[in-house]
Parts: sequence; structure tokens; C-alpha cells
Amino acid sequence: MNESYYIQGKKGVWELAIGLELHARVISNAKLFSGSQAAFGGDVNTQVSLVDAAMPGMLPVINRKCVEQAVRTSLALKAKINLHSVFERKHYFYADLPQGYQITQYKEPIASDGELLLDLPNGKIKSVKIERLQLEQDAGKLLHEQHSHATYVDLNRAGIALMEIVSKPDLSSPEEARLYVNKLRLIMQYISTCDGNMQEGSLRVDVNVSVRKPDEPLGTYCEIKNINSLRFIYQAIEQEANRQINILENGGQIDKETCLFDPIENKIKSMRSKENAEDYRYFKDPDLLPLVLDQSRVDQLKNELPELPDAKRARFISAFNLSFYDLNILLEDRANADWYEQLAEQSNNPKIAANWMISELFGALNKAGKNLSDSLISPKALSELVNMIENGHISGCIAKTVFATMFETGKSAISIVKEKNLSQTSDVSIIEDIIDNVLITHANNVKKYKDGKDKLFSFFVGETIKKSHGKANPIIVTQLLRDKLDS
Amino acid sequence: MNDFLDLSLAEARARLAARDISSTELTKAYLSRIEATANLNAYITITHDQAMLGAAQADARLAKGKGGILEGICIAVKDLFCTNGVQTTAASRMLDGFIPTYESTVTSNLWNAGAVLLGKTNLDEFAMGSSNTTSYYGAVESPWRSTDASDKKRVPGGSSGGSAAAVAARSAIAATGTDTGGSIRQPASFSGIVGIKPTYGRCSRWGIIAFASSLDQAGPMARTVEDAAILLQAMASYDPKDSTSAKTTMPNLLVDINKSVKGMSIGVPIEYRIDSLPEETSKIWDHGIDYLKSEGADIVHISLPHTKYALPTYYIIAPAEASSNLARYDGVRYGLRINEQNITDMYTHTRTEGFGEEVKRRILLGTYVLSSGYYDAYYLKAQKMRNLLRHDFNQAFDKVDAILTPTTLSDAFEIGDNKDDPLKMYLQDVFTVPASLVGLPSISVPVTLSKRGLPIGLQVLGRMFDENSVVRVGRTLERTAEFKAMTTLVNGILKDE
Repeated sequence: MNESYYIQGKKGVWELAIGLELHARVISNAKLFSGSQAAFGGDVNTQVSLVDAAMPGMLPVINRKCVEQAVRTSLALKAKINLHSVFERKHYFYADLPQGYQITQYKEPIASDGELLLDLPNGKIKSVKIERLQLEQDAGKLLHEQHSHATYVDLNRAGIALMEIVSKPDLSSPEEARLYVNKLRLIMQYISTCDGNMQEGSLRVDVNVSVRKPDEPLGTYCEIKNINSLRFIYQAIEQEANRQINILENGGQIDKETCLFDPIENKIKSMRSKENAEDYRYFKDPDLLPLVLDQSRVDQLKNELPELPDAKRARFISAFNLSFYDLNILLEDRANADWYEQLAEQSNNPKIAANWMISELFGALNKAGKNLSDSLISPKALSELVNMIENGHISGCIAKTVFATMFETGKSAISIVKEKNLSQTSDVSIIEDIIDNVLITHANNVKKYKDGKDKLFSFFVGETIKKSHGKANPIIVTQLLRDKLDS
Repeated sequence: MNDFLDLSLAEARARLAARDISSTELTKAYLSRIEATANLNAYITITHDQAMLGAAQADARLAKGKGGILEGICIAVKDLFCTNGVQTTAASRMLDGFIPTYESTVTSNLWNAGAVLLGKTNLDEFAMGSSNTTSYYGAVESPWRSTDASDKKRVPGGSSGGSAAAVAARSAIAATGTDTGGSIRQPASFSGIVGIKPTYGRCSRWGIIAFASSLDQAGPMARTVEDAAILLQAMASYDPKDSTSAKTTMPNLLVDINKSVKGMSIGVPIEYRIDSLPEETSKIWDHGIDYLKSEGADIVHISLPHTKYALPTYYIIAPAEASSNLARYDGVRYGLRINEQNITDMYTHTRTEGFGEEVKRRILLGTYVLSSGYYDAYYLKAQKMRNLLRHDFNQAFDKVDAILTPTTLSDAFEIGDNKDDPLKMYLQDVFTVPASLVGLPSISVPVTLSKRGLPIGLQVLGRMFDENSVVRVGRTLERTAEFKAMTTLVNGILKDE
């Protein structure tokens, strides 16, 4: 299975087994069990209902939209939808948990046995099994910086719906873990069930890591909680694996622990050990009935799912003949794929169009520190530019100049070409005049060429196009030069 | 003045509608009665001004010939129902001074029907108790005294002891209660009044401070079966804010209330004749059977084989849910907070000082039975037993239309009795918890006085959502038993005047 990733210890090589638990914030106007707004970033405690604050006598009522989002996500992960699932209470005391318990799913989650396919860099596809998907409430936030010796509580986030998605320990390298998170995020973005924004905490990752010698059974794992960037996932796994190998090679044993990753020190820190493990006293929430889904509604949701990344990839390969590299970039984000799709639809050569989008447009956006959504160039506008090259109206060289102006001003390629009189010329008499001038000016080089310095041919082509201000059709220039120099 | 207090809810309603009396007069009479009986400690909060304002508004509506089914009727509300702008305490130090900004669904229904709030009645802390002695605001005293020890104060029963005492002492026409394992029926029996625990899901739990969510159910406490039925009619509703609320509408309970029980099959469960059932209670139960037989009912002896497990099952499930429901009282957002240097100490001291002994006992019990390693042995087993009890009743209701049992083992005990013996106290609920565990509607109707001159009631259980049969059989018992006794207190006051 694991072809490439080993860690070389002092006493041989070690394999990793990694499982991931993602907490994905559900896209929904309202919270999981209350009607409060579920938007990110509102003023402190402005999105809190009586239910969210766990006032006496308040009761939860399930939000249908959140349930459907979980079902859609589960379907996209090819999971089995459990038509009967149960909400349970998970108890612990903390100031950000108003009820004193989290409403979550435990023994009977809404979905189980899913699968995610990873597109590995070597071109192979790896299947990662997903154990379960469950719906649960998020907690509030503690604000420690407001006061020197008091902590404040912001309950805006309390009660927002999360999907906890748990993988089997099928991943075997930090890179695979990164790819897994990326792919899962991509799928959820495609179906609009989670925006995947890790900085805002829309997606939080817990990582289970264990190490073993090749062909040995799985080792004891440790859990690293709440990692909020792809880079940290990578670092945390490496750090944790090395920590465990070090212990094992020195004759120690791994204790099941819950840890935190400190990105500043690049170090794993223990949070609590098994002996101090909390007893959550799970039991079915008596305020809620079992969640019963209707198969026909599930089927309908399934039929209404948009095209998913794997299907889109297959279609892009067959329809547009794109490279692995292009595919990865275009499919990395639903916005990219949608943008490209519009571009390709209107382009005579979708593959060339992809090159323009990836190298020119993304390059310029990157340089300007902007996102695709900020682009002044629309897919249609870029397709017009690419088509003008394809049709021979302008040269590739001129096109770059035109692109730069389009990027700055948002004007169309046609208007820029007209304005600046950049249209390519195929008029033989005009080009001939320019060539004659070039050959006279560079008589020395003509002599050298005729003496056998073949490489100078491209020099004459370049000079001619330069003198035409880039407008001379390079094919005609080449043809005419061949006639004049080689005859 | 006492003329007003003698009126039943049904009578008062008729006279208000006829503009024979005004709500203002009626409410004034009750407010002075509350003052005169303040020694019973039945009320935690008296809403004098609000009551007078509400009465005036009701009178205005009545003058226009308008009004709901309780227009102008002044009632008391157990202090477990959240009332907007009125202190709501659950009789706990934890919520002393807590003023909700919202109104429970049940009380909203009552105000929409035109009822007037007299005040919030005392109860066992967080509704945990059978004696109303665990309140932070002090014990409630029953208006009844026994003939053999008239100097000894009696409990009104619990947890809705304040409501029971108020109705019995005529300091409210009727009152709301809540019943988790008998908290309406047992105090009704002890206080010589009628109490109904409706089918689970009939009355919304939204805005009622939770004790045990799968068992809690609000219901009426009143002087007559008819009064209780009228009040229940106004309390019940489907409520989308409570996921366990029943999506059925309550049929009109008054339609069949006076219909004869002729042809009905009444079950008498053999397992309820337990060893600890006093001879006297057993005889009262037999009288009840005879009353119904004489009215033409078929008496059928039935078996509810898992009855003896009901009480232990209840004392696992109810504390388990309570330990969870009471986790929210942590001093962070509302209610009592004992400030400390760190959050763990703040929790510990807030909860240690905010909760009384009985509440703490149940939180500990509940935490224990849900703990890993004990969950299967206790909580899971109790859930299985609950299913078996449900099965028992399903089988019984294939054969009978209603079931007749005692409500309580005996008449009311003295304040302070059973205090140091929680198990003996818990035994009080032996006849009432099965209906709670299964969700069945049931009623307690006073039928007689004990040798000691204290009231005792009988309980009628019906099929799920068949409150109609329950009130019909209850009304028959009421009519045939002709229970007319007045509380010692009422008698005393009448004599003095």
C-alpha cells in the first residue's frame, strides 16, 4: 500500500497510520437546534437565542436544512444514509458550553461507511474509507484578551451545526493527509455544505497518528486536536510520528493521549492522558425524537447533487485533454472549475485557454494579491483574446500586451486591439517592405547567415516582428524570410 | 366574600359570563384569601398588581361579550413555569431572583384564554420531592390537620405542593402543576383535590424548567373533575417548539364527562396490592371498585407483571435526565454565581451552594447511573424495563378501557417525616410512576377521609391520548363518592367568622 512514505529511525523504517476527524461547519442560515443566525463574524453575542444560551425551560428543535446538508455531504462521500439516527448528549462543564452538554450523535450517526478517492501525485488513485458522519453542535468561544483577570464568553458560535467526518486510519503520509483534507473540502465546496475556510474555523481537523514497523499491526494512536491549517497538519503529523518513534526505539511504549500542536514551537504538547480521560456520560437526548429520514427525500437529494469533483475530472480529461497539473489547479476550487468551464465553452481551443487562465491570469492575480473573484477579466473576455490568437488576428506576443491592459482596465481584447491598432497583418507587401529594411540594416548578419550561421534565422524573424510593432503574422514572416534568404 | 371562594371554576365561569360577578371582585377575594393563608407558604411570589390589571382587562372583554374559555378566572401557577417579567425560581436558591424574558407555552395558552395570574406557587426544589419540604423558600404546610394529632403540621404532598395547598385552602380557584413521577397526583390525593397528569406530549414543555424531560408533563389541579378538565383544555396544545409535543388536538373533554361508565371495562391490577399497602387504603380502593361496579362498569382483574420494577426504573431514569438537565446551572450566564479565582472553583461553589440536598442527591444518582461502566447495568436496563412496562399496559388496554388504583399508599404524613430516609420518601411514588414511565394519562380524585380525617384519592389511568375516559371515570368516582369534606383550615376560618 505505502509505496513511498517511510520514516527512517535508528533501528529501521517505520510506517504511519493516520486517521482524520474533520469538523465542518454546515452552511445554513440558522443553527442546528435554534433559529439564530449562523453567520461568521457578527458582533459578540448578537446571534444568540434563548435556546443557545440554555435558558431554563428552553428546548432544541432540529433544523431541517442542516440535516439535508449532512445528507448531501454523506451522499457525496458515497456513505450509507441511516434513515434512523439518534442525537445524544455529551456532558462536560466548560464556560463555552451553555447546556453543560453538547448535542451530538454517537451510537447511531446519520451516515456511515463512506469513501473518498485521493488523486496521488504519481497519478494513482487511493481509496480512503470514511467510518461515519455525524451532526453536532459547535460550542461558543472564550475571549481572554478583553480583561486582565476575567474571561468573557461569546455564544455566537454556540449551537451552529457541525458535521464530524471520521476517516479510518487509511492514510499513510502527511501528504496524503493534506490531500484528504483538500479533497474533502473541495467536495463540500462543490455541493455548498461547508465553505472550508480553515482560518475562520469553518473546518477544523483532529489527527490520529500511530506508527508501526512494516507488516505489523496498528500501533497505539495519539490524537492531536484542532489543527487549523493544511501546513500545520503536515508538520503536526511529522512531529508526532517522530516523537512516537523516538519513544519506541528507546524501549518505551505509546500511551493513548490527547495532544495539541503548537505551531510556534513546532511541538506536540500533551493535553490529557487516558487516566484523566473524561467520562462524557452519553445518553439519548430526551428532548429530541430520533431523526427519521424519508428514503424518497434522500433519493431526491441525491438526484439534485451537482457534478462532483471526480466526475468533473473525468469529464475535463475527455473533453478538454488537460494535463494532470492543469487538472489539479482547475479542480482545486469549485470557483476555478466553474470559471474554466465558462472559458472553455467559448474557446476554440480549450487547452490553450487553460494555459492562459493558469499561467497568465492566475500569475497576474497572484502578483496583485487578488482572488479569481476580483478579476476584471471575465471568462468570456479571456476566451475572446485566446480566440483572436487562434484565428491569427493577433500574435501571442501582442496578446500578452493586450492581456496586461485587460487585467488593469477590464476592457475587452477587441477594443484594446482597435484602440492601439494592434491587429496582426498578413499583408505580404507590407511585411516584405519591413523585411527588406531589416536585411539592409543587418547586412553583416545576412552575410554571416549565408556563411552558415543558421541560428541567426530567428534573429531576423524577431527583428521583423519588432519593426512591425508585433503585428506581422509570424508564419508569413518566416515564409518570406525563407524565400529571401535561402533562395 | 366567601361566596366567591365557594364557587367552582365552572360556576365562576358561568357567573362571569352572565356578568353576575366581575373578575375584579373574584380576584380581590382570592388575593385577600392568599394573605389570610400566608402561613401555609403556598406562594413564592404573589402578583397582586398584575392580577388586578388582568382582572380589569378581563372584565372589559367580558363587558363586550368577548373572552376565552377562562376569561376572568384567577389561577395560581407552579413556580416551575417561566413567566415573562415575573420571578421564576423552581424553588431553588440557584434561580432566586431569576426573571424570564419569555412565557412558557402552557401559561401563554392560559393568558390567551383569559386567565388571570394570582402568583407563583411553592414546590419541591426543581420539582424533586413528594412532600414540598425541599423548597429553598421553606416547606408548604397543608391546610388539612388530622383529627388525632391536630397540632402536627401535615405535608401537602409534592412536588406541586404549593398548588395543591392553594387550591385546597381556596387561595386559588385552580392551579397548574407538573408531574414527573406523581407530582400532581400525589399532592392532589393528600390535599383532597383533583389532579390530572395528561398524556405525555399533550402540554408543551417549552418554558417549563426541566426535571426529567421524558417524564415531565404539565397538568391541572382543581377542586372538581370538571374544573380540572376545563383548565386542561386551555393548557394543552401542539407546540412546534417542543419536539416531543403531540401533533394531535385535544378533544373536548366536557362532551362525555358526565356520561355513565356503564359498559366500560375497568381494570384492577393485582400487582398493586403490595405488601406495604395499608389495610385502610386497600379498603378505600375496594370502595372505588364498588362505586364503579354499581354504576354499571365491568370490573376486570388484570396483571401488570413488571409493576414492581417501575419504582427502581423511575429512580434511575429521572435522576439520570435530571443530572443532565441541571448541568446548565453553572453560574456563567444567569442565576446564582459564587465568584472564585478559577472556573472550576466557581462551578463547584455555585452548585454546592445553589442546590439543596435532595437535588444534589439526585444529580449524584443520575451521574452515577450514566457513568461509563455503570451505564449498561443501570440506565440501559432501566430503558429496557420501561419498554416492558409499556408492553404490560398495552396488553392490559386490549382488555380494559381504564385502570383503577390507589394514588398513594396512605394519607398525608407529617412535615419532617421520611426526611432522613430518602428511600421511604421515594416509595411515596410507587403507584404514580408507572403512568409517568409509559406516558399514560391519569387522574387522582378525592374519595374519602381517612380515619384520621385526612383526604385520600384514587387514581384512574387511561390509554394514550384518552383523557376523555379518564375524566369520565374520574367524574363518576367523584359523583358516587360524594366527597364534600372541607379542609380543617377552611372549617376553622368559617367557624371564626
